[in-house]
Amino acid sequence: MKSSLASRVVLGLLAWAAAFIMFFPILWMLVTAFKTEGQAIAIPPLLIFAPTLRSFFDATQNAGYLLFALNSVIVSVGATVLAIAIAFPAAYALAFFPGKRTEFTLMWMLSTKMLPAVGVLMPIYLFLKNVHLLDTRLGLVAIDTLMNLPIVVWMLYSFFKDIPHEILEAARVDGVGPRQQMIHLLLPLAGPGVASTALLSVILAWNEAFWSINVTASHAGTLAAYIARFSAPEGLFWAKLSAASVLAVAPILVFGSLTQRRLVRGLTFGAVK
Amino acid sequence: MSQSTSATITPSGSDATQRRQVRTLPLLLPAVILLLLWSILPLLQTILYSFQHYNLMEPPAAYNGGLNYTYLFTDSSTWTAIWNSVVLVAGVLAASIVFGTLIALLLNNDFPGRNIARLMAIAPFFVMSPVAALIWKNLLLDPVSGLAGWLMTLIGLKPIAWFSVYPMLSIVIIYSWRWIPFATLILLTALQSLDTDQLEAARMDGAKGLARLRYIVLPHLGRPISIVVMLESIFMLSAFAVIYTTTNGGPGDATTTLTYMIFIRALNDFSIGSASAAGVFAIVLANILAFFLIRAVSRTLQA
Repeated sequence: MKSSLASRVVLGLLAWAAAFIMFFPILWMLVTAFKTEGQAIAIPPLLIFAPTLRSFFDATQNAGYLLFALNSVIVSVGATVLAIAIAFPAAYALAFFPGKRTEFTLMWMLSTKMLPAVGVLMPIYLFLKNVHLLDTRLGLVAIDTLMNLPIVVWMLYSFFKDIPHEILEAARVDGVGPRQQMIHLLLPLAGPGVASTALLSVILAWNEAFWSINVTASHAGTLAAYIARFSAPEGLFWAKLSAASVLAVAPILVFGSLTQRRLVRGLTFGAVK
Repeated sequence: MSQSTSATITPSGSDATQRRQVRTLPLLLPAVILLLLWSILPLLQTILYSFQHYNLMEPPAAYNGGLNYTYLFTDSSTWTAIWNSVVLVAGVLAASIVFGTLIALLLNNDFPGRNIARLMAIAPFFVMSPVAALIWKNLLLDPVSGLAGWLMTLIGLKPIAWFSVYPMLSIVIIYSWRWIPFATLILLTALQSLDTDQLEAARMDGAKGLARLRYIVLPHLGRPISIVVMLESIFMLSAFAVIYTTTNGGPGDATTTLTYMIFIRALNDFSIGSASAAGVFAIVLANILAFFLIRAVSRTLQA
């Protein structure tokens, strides 16, 4: 109660300083994106300049960029829809009909997430090659779906656990089948939780770089692969690269800000709420 | 009847339990089967390859006993890679815990614009690794046109070519910038669940700010911090994209971690056998870490 005004002001300023320092690299990228290439590498760095949208035009003029952006959207949304469709019934069963093996099942799902991707790079790569899914959106959608499935099950499970069992029980007694329960009761009741889960899945798939870099080339690559791969040839064009990066990062920054609190559940498998 | 079986299943609820178990199986099966295939088949195949002389450039594959493993552990570059992984994980963990806790505590106070400051501090976590890598490599750490170099000349120092002189430190800085916000986010969430009554009572009893921090707040953060440690260790062991985008494992093998070494052997050298042996080793390492994480999470399930 009695912490003095002075110390509160100091703590507040420190908090703002920390936040600003962490955010500064993003801010600087944003500023650079509105510069010309010459201004971008000027020393001393330009703080005051006439902002231009040139770099955004140049960056998106590249046919590859638009394709990769489209791939990012298709892959992250596709993988999310699939993961939720598969995880929703599983989480429903685990949350509302717990049995002897429920805990084991949840823990085992979590453990599959711990497998280092690089350890299974070759089998997956060769498998995709053999079934002609290398450098296809379908192949990447499948990988991202499986990669996120444990997190999606866990997060949905954690939200379903918060719903009073009595509501579903009452419906069950009235003869409402599982499918109807899930669609007409659970989906609306756990709406915000399902939405946060979907957002986390989109964020993880959108930002996923390892598989995108290693199993795609010029057809199915996402923006993460585009930016990682073209960093060498385009490395000299900082303004253009910054503009491309801003566009790649912006939607996820917005999604992330919307649900940061709820994401923690998914990111920590319910261990921190 | 509906009352007694509504929430949890008692061991004696035999009939109803039986019926339910049968019915829930089809709901669980798609997820379970897919994850089984995804986690077991490639793993078995990696183990199989690890006992073969198998190079995509010179097929066919042939069983060669434990030779890949002998080479793996007698090759000094393996130990360099393991050491690099340890440095990377330890560096990022140290930064995340120290700065993550500090920033979370600061942001947990009440001050004007708190919500915006929180979003700003957490934002780097949502920046994809290749972008994070390029912001730092070009805009900030470039010796000629980067901001850091200019700041150093301002105070009379010579700009440093960070990625040639301190390559691993540069990688640690970039990953820390991405993962400190992760720690902040989780610890901030944990702080908000702290019982304010307890703090208020301590305050009434005359506990000073630092004492409250030391005896109430920090102990409360113990568990979330251990979760952060385990999750970040697992993620950082697989760190890839920043190295790929900036140093490519170099100069020399200065930033070649275990993960990056496996990647080079697999997709640059197409040496499937030796990459797989190293892959099995990485999987074993990750499983040891995962064991502890799963134990911690399992405790919360029972709670």
